[in-house]
Amino acid sequence: MTILSIKNLSKTYQSGSRKLTVLDQVNFDINSGETIAIVGPSGSGKTTLLGLCAGLDSSSTGSVVLNGKALESLSEDQRAAVRSQDVGFIFQNFQLLPTLTALENVMVPLELKKRKDARAKAMELLEKVGLKDRATHYPTQLSGGEQQRVSIARAFANEPKILFADEPTGNLDTETGEMIEKLIFDLNTEKGTTLVLVTHDLELAGKTQRIIHIKGGKIQEDANA
Amino acid sequence: MQMPDFGWIVKMAFRDFRKNISRLLLFVSSIVVGIAALVAISSFGENLTQDIDNQAKELLGADLVLENSKPIGDQPIDSIATQTASEVNFASMVAFPQTGASRLTQVRALEGAFPFYGFLETIPAEGDADFRSGGKKALVEKTLMAQFNAEVGDLIKIGEVEFEIAGELQKVPGQTGITATVAPAVYIPLEYLEETGLVQYGSRVEYNRYFQFTEGTDVEALIEPYNEQWEIDRVDADTVEDRKRSTGRSFGNLSNFLSLVAFIALLLGCVGVASAVNVFVKEKLASVAVLRCLGVSSRDVLYIYLFEIKIMGLVGAILGAFLGTLLQFVLPAVFADFLPVEVTVGVSWLSVGFGIITGLFVSVLFAMLPLLKVRNVSPMATLRPETADSGLLKDPLRWLVIIGILLFIWGFSFYLLKSVQLAFGFSGFVVFAFGILWAVGQLIMWAVRKFLPISLRYTLRQALANLYRPNNQTISLIATIGLGTAMISTLFFLQNQLLEEAKFADKEDQPNMLMFDIQTPQLENVKSKLTDRGLRILQDVPIVTMQLNEINGIDKQENEELSEEEDYSRWLYNREFRVTYRDTLISSETLAQGELIPTGTRGDSIFVSFAKDFAEGNNLKIGDEIEFNVQGRPIKTYIGSFRDVKFNQVSTNFLVLFPTGVLEQAPKFHVIITKTKNDRESADVQAEIVREFPNISVINLGAIVETLEDILNKISFVIQFMAFFSIATGILVLISSLIISKYQRMRESILLRTLGASSSTVRKINTMEYFFLGSLASLSGIILSFVATWLLSSFVFEMSFRPAWGAGLVLYLAITGLTIILGWLNGRRIINQPPMEILRGNG
Ligand SMILES: Nc1ncnc2c1ncn2[C@@H]1O[C@H](COP(=O)(O)OP(=O)(O)O)[C@@H](O)[C@H]1O
Ligand SMILES: [Mg+2]
Repeated sequence: MTILSIKNLSKTYQSGSRKLTVLDQVNFDINSGETIAIVGPSGSGKTTLLGLCAGLDSSSTGSVVLNGKALESLSEDQRAAVRSQDVGFIFQNFQLLPTLTALENVMVPLELKKRKDARAKAMELLEKVGLKDRATHYPTQLSGGEQQRVSIARAFANEPKILFADEPTGNLDTETGEMIEKLIFDLNTEKGTTLVLVTHDLELAGKTQRIIHIKGGKIQEDANA
Repeated sequence: MQMPDFGWIVKMAFRDFRKNISRLLLFVSSIVVGIAALVAISSFGENLTQDIDNQAKELLGADLVLENSKPIGDQPIDSIATQTASEVNFASMVAFPQTGASRLTQVRALEGAFPFYGFLETIPAEGDADFRSGGKKALVEKTLMAQFNAEVGDLIKIGEVEFEIAGELQKVPGQTGITATVAPAVYIPLEYLEETGLVQYGSRVEYNRYFQFTEGTDVEALIEPYNEQWEIDRVDADTVEDRKRSTGRSFGNLSNFLSLVAFIALLLGCVGVASAVNVFVKEKLASVAVLRCLGVSSRDVLYIYLFEIKIMGLVGAILGAFLGTLLQFVLPAVFADFLPVEVTVGVSWLSVGFGIITGLFVSVLFAMLPLLKVRNVSPMATLRPETADSGLLKDPLRWLVIIGILLFIWGFSFYLLKSVQLAFGFSGFVVFAFGILWAVGQLIMWAVRKFLPISLRYTLRQALANLYRPNNQTISLIATIGLGTAMISTLFFLQNQLLEEAKFADKEDQPNMLMFDIQTPQLENVKSKLTDRGLRILQDVPIVTMQLNEINGIDKQENEELSEEEDYSRWLYNREFRVTYRDTLISSETLAQGELIPTGTRGDSIFVSFAKDFAEGNNLKIGDEIEFNVQGRPIKTYIGSFRDVKFNQVSTNFLVLFPTGVLEQAPKFHVIITKTKNDRESADVQAEIVREFPNISVINLGAIVETLEDILNKISFVIQFMAFFSIATGILVLISSLIISKYQRMRESILLRTLGASSSTVRKINTMEYFFLGSLASLSGIILSFVATWLLSSFVFEMSFRPAWGAGLVLYLAITGLTIILGWLNGRRIINQPPMEILRGNG
């Protein structure tokens, strides 16, 4: 079953009088449960593509159908509802809410879904990422790796159908990075979530089932590993 | 769209709050002073109204007062009254025979137990009883006693009679400290009035008759049948209700004016709120993007932060209302000289509620402007943080907020001023003043950037560059501190200017002494007294009193019948005109329209000249036929010209000027104007004249300047007290902006130190930045106030502008110094922070 379907997707930016085409006629489908890596050099349009797939941004032309919903026909707030329902995120720079504790950060997606057991569920997830005893700590009291683990717990909290990760290990040292990778793949296997991973790290990309190479806003190669 | 989940929004707001509470408190701290001022003034006004109501009878001292410039004959209500009293008031010189000193006072010759309500408060307490027990005794108001170091038991000479001072009068019913300064009162028994010889032709005498009726009498109804006759006799009847209304009205105006000043302080605080929330929002943009990414709608995100602002606005408003209620306790002392009643203090819940609602409302309204940015943050900013600050200008809702702000300013000023035009004027002024300050701030910053050479020392350049730091709130500091400074310095400059002008008048051949109420038989004697001393008679002005019978054939009764649009002011028919005659203009006059026409040049018609402002204000035109009544003899005249009259010199100025050849034979009195060489001589001349001719009143410029200074000091004390709120708000905004930018400053200084700058260099840079900031703010304010003073003195007071450079410099140094000191206090902690703390990003 197709969870994400991209058709003729283009994105252009107007910079002064010049038109900058960042994504050019991109097409692909992703099946439910698939793990996939988007790789390419810096500035090739990976982040732009990810933002469009997740409904964070709107495309210039083309369509994105996420879990059966055509994103371009939705308003920003309707897309927000889709994100809350179906999508999880992991960011390069963690993006925890600085004024919330680790536990509360994980609770937010659950609370948005009005889950009564938000606290218990969040605690369970923190335990899974090994941070149960840091639950009441604020992000500034955690190291980068720990912050990213909280962010992983948060990403899985709403039991998303699809998880987007933009360079999740980009800000971490190799050792910590590997631990984070393992955590992501383990949880992903356990929950059966679709995973879309953006990276320029080919080794990391090799751990996914399928790799899309992108360059200059165009798909160069789309191959199963 | 779904209903917002308010439970969750509140929960999120409180979570965010925990870490922000001290900073958020700073955001709203700037409204505290404004709300406090507003609540204090409004409580004070509330209590004052109450007190005027409660003390209205004491204010008047009786149930009814009749007033006329002629003796009030027997009245039909005399028999109904339970008590009556009579009083004759007039201005006269009094002298202290022991020292020979003298001055102009308000003499009140009293008969009867007035005041019926309240009492004449004297020191010693039995002074009042002593005064009423008979004999030549007087009660003298305390300001006069103090001025001449007089004591109870001393003698005071009024006209031909010497009285013993039986008591020092603390307060005259219904009068304020200001009246006591201008014309202190002296009470004498009415039976000796005749003997003083002061009531003569030309004396401006007011006759009062006081009545008391049995408790519960409806005085308004009681006097209704007599009003018409009193109208004809020009008797003015004043009841407790009338007095309550007029006092209430004038103090209502006063308290509204003061509220307006408090309102300015509040608006300054609002600018502080807006600019602090702007910084807050900038820091929150990343979190907003994350929340959006997690699926929170833009509306709900806005609600989370709005809720925090509401809580803080409420806290600020409550704090302000509390402080205001406390502050209220000092207000009666501040306004003591202006109040005719004893003011009680107490919590006014109405004012407290009003203050809290206003505080909450303005903090939300002004915070909304920067807060709207939250709506436009794209979730994409989580992936590309540099795109987070979308700016505010795109949101169409901002127009709604701006209109809301303007409406609020207008509405609030309308509520206080009760006039559409005045409210527009005031809101226009506010917008204009902020605009000007903003422009001045921009201009100075532009000039600094443009004209300071690049080759400047590094520390200096860095300090200047810091001013443009995004979170520095430089412009809003200029607006708040600048406006506070501008208010205080304008008042200060203006007061200075008025006093200088008055002192300046005592120069060269400008007259400095004026004698009036000189009777015709005394004239030659007085003149020779002066010329014997070698003094010149600069003006010898005959004065004839008259009333107006008809204007273009319309007499008083006919005028009453006319409609509002057609009739002349009733006051024209009621007032007494004091008229002189000559065929030339004097130096304080210029011809505005028509010409002076001497008698006999156009048949036997008489052409008079009116003061232009007076004539125009009363709808009189050149060629109008005016019939005067000169001591019972009708004289028909025509308006031949209008004169512009300047009232700011020691001179006699007249609303109506007759040509010569008409009034010479009428009963008249005289005014003589002369010039003494110095204060010593003034005192000697005054003493001699008063001793020889007790009915003649003498005013010298020295005394006028002294009184003016006294009054201006009293007024300016009150105004500066009010302006203090604006300065205090400016300082709060300054403190909060320093603390808000602290984190950024810390990072910068750590960076500089990491790059090898010594901490003394860092300190130098910071000090210099505070110096520039303080200078910018105070200079903008001072420049604005110079402009305001110049405009006011040129166009309102019509005097030449004398800039008070010295005072400006002192203000500049004071405010800049204060900024530097506050900066240091804030900065001490910055420089001593361990670098790691900051690099880890503990905000
Ligand atoms: N808002 C924007 N305006 C103009 N150009 C942009 C904008 N956002 C991104 N770009 C450009 O789009 C290109 C692709 O960016 P991005 O998707 O971030 O690449 P990647 O993630 O592959 O490094 C870059 O050249 C970038 O400069
Ligand atoms: Mg990228």
